[in-house]
Amino acid sequence: MLSYLLRRLAASVVILLLSSMMVFLMVAKSGDPLATLRLNPHIPKAVIAARSAQLHLNDPLPKRYWIWISNAIHGNFGLTIGNQPVAPQLWSHMVVTLEMVLIATAIAIVLAITIGVLSAIRQGRTFDTGAAFTNYLFISIPVFVLGLVLKEFVAIPINSAIGHTVLYTIGQQSPNLSGGFFSRFGNYAGHAVLPILTLILVVYPSWSIYQRSSMLEALDSDYVRLARAKGLRPSRVLIRHTLRNALIPVTTVIALDFAAILGGAILVEQVFSWQGMGTWFLGGITNLDVNTVQAYLLVTAFFIVLFNFIADILYGVLDPRIRYG
Amino acid sequence: MAEHVDLRPGGRTPPQVGSDRAGTPPRRKARRGWGKPGKLPVAGGESRHLGDEHGLAGDARKQWQIVLRRFVHQPRAMISLGVFALLGVGSVVAGALWKYSYTTLTDQIAAPGQGAPSWAHPFGVDPIGHDLFAQVMQGTKEDIQTALLVAVISTAIGTTIGALAGYFRGMVDPVLMRFTDLILSVPLLAILAVLGNIAAKQSGSWLWVAIIIGVLAWTYVARLVRADFLSLRERDFVEAARAIGASNRRIIVRHLLPNALGPIIVNATLTVANAILLESTLSYLGLGIQPPQVSLGTLVASGQGDATTFWWLFVFPAAFIVVMILCVNFIGDGLREAFDPRKTRVRA
Repeated sequence: MLSYLLRRLAASVVILLLSSMMVFLMVAKSGDPLATLRLNPHIPKAVIAARSAQLHLNDPLPKRYWIWISNAIHGNFGLTIGNQPVAPQLWSHMVVTLEMVLIATAIAIVLAITIGVLSAIRQGRTFDTGAAFTNYLFISIPVFVLGLVLKEFVAIPINSAIGHTVLYTIGQQSPNLSGGFFSRFGNYAGHAVLPILTLILVVYPSWSIYQRSSMLEALDSDYVRLARAKGLRPSRVLIRHTLRNALIPVTTVIALDFAAILGGAILVEQVFSWQGMGTWFLGGITNLDVNTVQAYLLVTAFFIVLFNFIADILYGVLDPRIRYG
Repeated sequence: MAEHVDLRPGGRTPPQVGSDRAGTPPRRKARRGWGKPGKLPVAGGESRHLGDEHGLAGDARKQWQIVLRRFVHQPRAMISLGVFALLGVGSVVAGALWKYSYTTLTDQIAAPGQGAPSWAHPFGVDPIGHDLFAQVMQGTKEDIQTALLVAVISTAIGTTIGALAGYFRGMVDPVLMRFTDLILSVPLLAILAVLGNIAAKQSGSWLWVAIIIGVLAWTYVARLVRADFLSLRERDFVEAARAIGASNRRIIVRHLLPNALGPIIVNATLTVANAILLESTLSYLGLGIQPPQVSLGTLVASGQGDATTFWWLFVFPAAFIVVMILCVNFIGDGLREAFDPRKTRVRA
């Protein structure tokens, strides 16, 4: 097990390094970050040359990569196009995104497992067909459409029915927020409900479908038949024998879906104007802010590789049949 | 049938085993099997020639017919296919015949109290004066052609990579699979956004968008085909083909690929749904299809600000996206059911 762990860890580090090279190359080749400065006739050539040297634009690519990656490992992601350090911006935006993503993922997992298990138990009945249709519907709605529908056709009518704003549709909190802890918390929650709900509805259906099928497979297995034949209580059979085993494949699917969740978060932040990593990243792309874009991609790659590593380990821990040589 | 059972090794020995397993052979056949060379005769025994071209073709045709029959008997999939075909053909025909083009500025504009859907403009007009029906038809057409091209590109790349990795194993497999991991190590949408921004500056045409999505969206097919090939390559008919002296290329193309075709087709269908999702998302973010071209994503983006006052600007394009993706998902589901009726539904 230990040697397997170390080998996986080494493979993850290699993937992360290769990924950082790919990202660096892709972004470095994507355009000239000083193009707008060069077009401006009022900026002297010397200034542009200085900025160019500061961003290491004149050095060969391998050298630029080396400078970038060795600084990034020490938490220094260079300067933005507006001459600000990237790292503080990255961390503050990351907190916003991770809060949203983690809360949404936790709720979505519970929802997906509940719906998946109930559909499997009631296979072919009304609940199952209803859940299947809902799953397909939400799988087929793009994130931005779902977000906009919730914003324009759910939140606004609810707010106007109640008479004051309960569900905020823009930003993480009201500007000039003051007051006691509870009123502030209420304000945060009012802003967070819709984005988190959108993210939940986007990610849960595929997990729920997966949970249902792995549950059906477990229900059909010999060990469940044996447990029933032994005369165990149905609830015990269901939870200890069926669900426990049916959770194994789903765990890894959820961990592997982390990239998709981060992708979804970009859009949720965009629709609800949250100042998270996604919005920050898109801003970086349109401004050709090389260091911002690279920092975002490196950090997300780190999280994704980490989650894949965890998924690998979990698979071995949860399923005793897996033996690593 | 009796002949079939007789030929199975140990098929007849204890009577209770025979009766117990009575349902197995046809089930097996339905689940696997794409006219395998060396397979036992299905009915009269006329196809019992190892690797015989005619026997193979006859068998394959029967399999196709079985799949087709199973597909046709699913109302949800058939209705979805009909709707999707209608959208595809309709958007081309309507785009050509409709009195306005998607670039025409009509004499009406969307303003408080006017521009709503009417007989002259079934989907209304936008604040500049474009006829929204013409725009939605054009967007649908662009979306469908983009998605189909993405499915072709990514299925071709994914099948090739998966087939090579699964068949040759050795050094090829880890290299190709680590390459796949590498692509998966960054959110797909994030890479697409970076590349989309580059492509958008060159040209905002659907072709570029389709190419960049296509060259990145193949990872799932590759893993699927690799897994299939890893198990198929150990089967007897591959051994037989190799013994006859078939080249690697021939074994892959003529023997292994036909056996893996079911999952590949199902997955290609789901890729179409995914491509519509990705394309409209990129276009919504302004990193996909660029004005003056329209896609349903750009239409939603320009309509979102007025979604409550000029609802038609948001509702029609958004509804078209959702209906298209839903239809393709249902078609994919129906195909999976047709190819593989035993397998429980698992979505990637």
